[in-house]
Amino acid sequence: MVMTPISKDTTVLLALNHITKSYGRPPKQFIAIQDVNLQIRLGEFVCLLGPSGCGKSTLLRIITGLNTASSGSVLYRDQSLVGVNPHATIVFQTFALYPWLTVQENVEVALKARGVPENERRQRALKLIDTVGLDGFETAYPRELSGGMRQKVGFARAMAVEPELLCLDEPFSALDVLSAESLRNELMELWQTKSIPTQAILMVTHNIEEAVLMADRIIVMGKDPGHVVTEFPVTLHQPRNRKDTAFQALVDQVYAAVAGKTVPGKTLGTAPGQPGKTISLPRARLGALAGLLERVAEEGGKIDLYRLAAELNMELDDMLPVVETGELLEMLTVQEGDLQLTALGQAYADASILTRKELIAGRVLRVPIIGWIYETLQQDDNQRVAKEFFLDELRGDFGDWAAEQLDTAIDWGRYAELFAFDDDSDELYRES
Amino acid sequence: MRRFFYRPASIPKPAFTIGDGLILLGLVALLYAGARLALRVPAVIAGPNISLRFSALPWYALLSIGRMLVAYILSLLFSLSYGYYAARNRAAERVLMPLLDVLQSVPILSFLPVVILSLSAILPQMLAAELASIVLIFTSQAWNLTFSFYQSMKTIPTEQREAAAIFRLNPWLRFKTMELPFAALGLVWNSIMSWSGGWFFLMAAEIFNVGSRDFRLPGLGSYLQTAANAGDTRAIVAGLGTLILVIVLLDQLVWRPVLAWADKFKIEMIESDDAPTSWFLEALSRSWLLEQLDQHIWHPMNERLDNSLRWRFAARTPAPAEAASARRPSIVVIVLGAGVGLAILYGGYQAVRLAATLPAAMWPQVGLGVLATLGRVTVALVITLLWTIPVGVAIGTNQRLARVLQPIVQVIAAIPATAIFPVLLLALVKAPGGINIAAVLLMLMGTQWYLLFNIIAGGAAIPQDLKFTTELLQLSRWDRWRTLILPALFPFIITGAITASGGAWNASIVAEQVQFGGQKYGTIGVGALIAQATGSANYALLLVATVALVGTVVGINRIFWRRMYRLAEERYRME
Repeated sequence: MVMTPISKDTTVLLALNHITKSYGRPPKQFIAIQDVNLQIRLGEFVCLLGPSGCGKSTLLRIITGLNTASSGSVLYRDQSLVGVNPHATIVFQTFALYPWLTVQENVEVALKARGVPENERRQRALKLIDTVGLDGFETAYPRELSGGMRQKVGFARAMAVEPELLCLDEPFSALDVLSAESLRNELMELWQTKSIPTQAILMVTHNIEEAVLMADRIIVMGKDPGHVVTEFPVTLHQPRNRKDTAFQALVDQVYAAVAGKTVPGKTLGTAPGQPGKTISLPRARLGALAGLLERVAEEGGKIDLYRLAAELNMELDDMLPVVETGELLEMLTVQEGDLQLTALGQAYADASILTRKELIAGRVLRVPIIGWIYETLQQDDNQRVAKEFFLDELRGDFGDWAAEQLDTAIDWGRYAELFAFDDDSDELYRES
Repeated sequence: MRRFFYRPASIPKPAFTIGDGLILLGLVALLYAGARLALRVPAVIAGPNISLRFSALPWYALLSIGRMLVAYILSLLFSLSYGYYAARNRAAERVLMPLLDVLQSVPILSFLPVVILSLSAILPQMLAAELASIVLIFTSQAWNLTFSFYQSMKTIPTEQREAAAIFRLNPWLRFKTMELPFAALGLVWNSIMSWSGGWFFLMAAEIFNVGSRDFRLPGLGSYLQTAANAGDTRAIVAGLGTLILVIVLLDQLVWRPVLAWADKFKIEMIESDDAPTSWFLEALSRSWLLEQLDQHIWHPMNERLDNSLRWRFAARTPAPAEAASARRPSIVVIVLGAGVGLAILYGGYQAVRLAATLPAAMWPQVGLGVLATLGRVTVALVITLLWTIPVGVAIGTNQRLARVLQPIVQVIAAIPATAIFPVLLLALVKAPGGINIAAVLLMLMGTQWYLLFNIIAGGAAIPQDLKFTTELLQLSRWDRWRTLILPALFPFIITGAITASGGAWNASIVAEQVQFGGQKYGTIGVGALIAQATGSANYALLLVATVALVGTVVGINRIFWRRMYRLAEERYRME
């Protein structure tokens, strides 16, 4: 692991040692996070970045003590963390304001819980509301405010308790682009001018540009199970400029790390119920893959992933599952942040609609889950089998995620005209 | 627009479980214990004299309201604690929620004879009757409130709960700023429902006769019955007028203001166009006196309470907000549970022994009675559906009609059917099959409103673009109903019908056998059997008939209504 200390102060505020989080018991165990080690030092702004399902939000909850790890230790200022961390606070993605309290009451409630007397409480709340620029909205209710303003209340409330460690859980992802941008700038100003007593910030995000724009250090996480892939120090001077070549180069690098790279000859895994790991299906529609392949073909068979995402205005979370599907079906490969069509992918992009269906059907059948469903249906006398049967088998591999996997499988099966689902009888059946 | 929209709260699998069996057995044991007590009741009890003078009416009205209020406060306290405990403790949840589910589908009125008789065996007669009426109203008010609170507690968004934990809100502050406000709107709606249900049962409890035992309570219900008995039209009109006045006043001075005030507790982050308003609340909010009260008494008191409770909770570190605790039950709980279990088994055994003394010839009669009542309930439901669907759709899809009719319908609906029952008898008792018609009518009156309100809500919820599409397709009238209106209404019809059929079964107890003008009138039915058995102190019959009734209703709920409800949820819900 690369470890370049960037901040002047090297006191470790928070350390995670071998954190693992799992649900259920073997053999039906689901591991959300496996063996994560990380440290946050005083004065640092750290970003946790990764695709959805990589456990970054869970990790944030373990750090704040809202959730407990299955194994490993959380040290805060060298002390083992018990219960909710009193020195940390969270700004939530959905703001988590109480709709029946006014802006001021929402901020005050955090102070009230700590027993701050009424007068002081009011003054501090008013000052904070002023700091975040909501002067004049003290008596407004959250539903009267725009998303950006609501999140400002969220920030004011978090700062009211003067946390040492400020945790941000995708705080800008529910906002429109412009509000998000201005709120980011305001936060950076407060942080860099030391107007707030916060000692360190930890932000969870799936927005790569946002991470490069704000963080001193970016920790990239991967999934299945959630783990730390790598980390990037960000030494660019603040304020950072998106148009800057160094900035763009770094975004590209981070993008490549998040997207990973195609491993040639990677095993497809085994069918459900068989020994060995069953590879899960990415949550993507095959129709979207078709669009992606065409787009890459237009670019001559190779395109920069980051540029493509920016052009299509797609978030990482929407983009990656489609790319993964392409890799799984061996239609495209990912190499250093570039998408490249395989010969098959090229053939697909050039083919007519009918040939495409055949191509896809052949490919999809090689995926163990799909093949297994197809064969099971084939062996049945009526070529119909209850959905519950498949769910039961899939639960052995995917636990609570079984239904989602089956839904994706049905979607793929329908697209490839292999099998379909009858909602009335709750059965899967073979298309004749 | 005011919407009555009621949903049965939990929908577990539509089958009987061992737990259900245990709960039913517990009810049987309870019935047996009641019947044992009831054996000691004197055969003749003289009721109080009910004065028909108009000057007595305000006093009677106050007495009736007082009973309602006591029962409501008890219901609310019960609901908050039961729901809170069930939502926060997983072990408790597994026992409490199925129990609640059976309790709410039991026809409560069938317990009234046993409750009144057993209470009057141990208490002075007036007190027993008062208590029985309160117990009865309580059982009609508590369950839906509890479900509502429990569900609100369970549906608080995760991030809100995490915020409460991360900002270290102590249990009191958490309850006050998060849990109670989240539940507030549901509680208010269900309180309104509970009150109208309560009136129904209060009227029944006030005018209850068992054989030669007269358990009347001075109140509006008994006034109405006495007036009808005496054929005093002026008194009937005065009594009904007072009842309507009370209901309208409560609506204007209590429920509407509360509803308008509670609007701020809605969870949606969107400003709504048709927020409920109340002239009374507006008048109050401008009051100088109230503002002073708030500033100098209410607010400081609140602050002091918060502070003192803060110190009480300060010693404990808040636990992770991850989930409700799943601690193992302690020894005390296990011992207590075992004790209760043994008592239930013993009671059940004794009940079976008591039931075995029933002559074999009576058993087919009980079966026949259940079938006859089932027939009446079905007829009432079919008639209700036939008129409420067209009328409900007409009101629901037509804003102007809705504005005119909604308030009128609400006032009519608010009159408890049991209050009009004596008047109904006055008109029908001489007609051939009169008691049969009266019974069906009572069921109708008590239950049609649930359906009507649900269908109005359903009609109003049909999306405009779907209506346009069917119009563009130029479907015939029947096709339009078949492809759009009926499927769209289906979930609303089902939720309304579940409540309606429950109410109809309840009504059968008061409706099938009556005493009027010193004479007894009866028909075949399980309700009549229960009344007869109580009158003649035939406790074996009382037990068997009540269990048959409860078993039938719970069975129909589980086997038929649950399935329909799931179908509605899965297939016909507009998303």
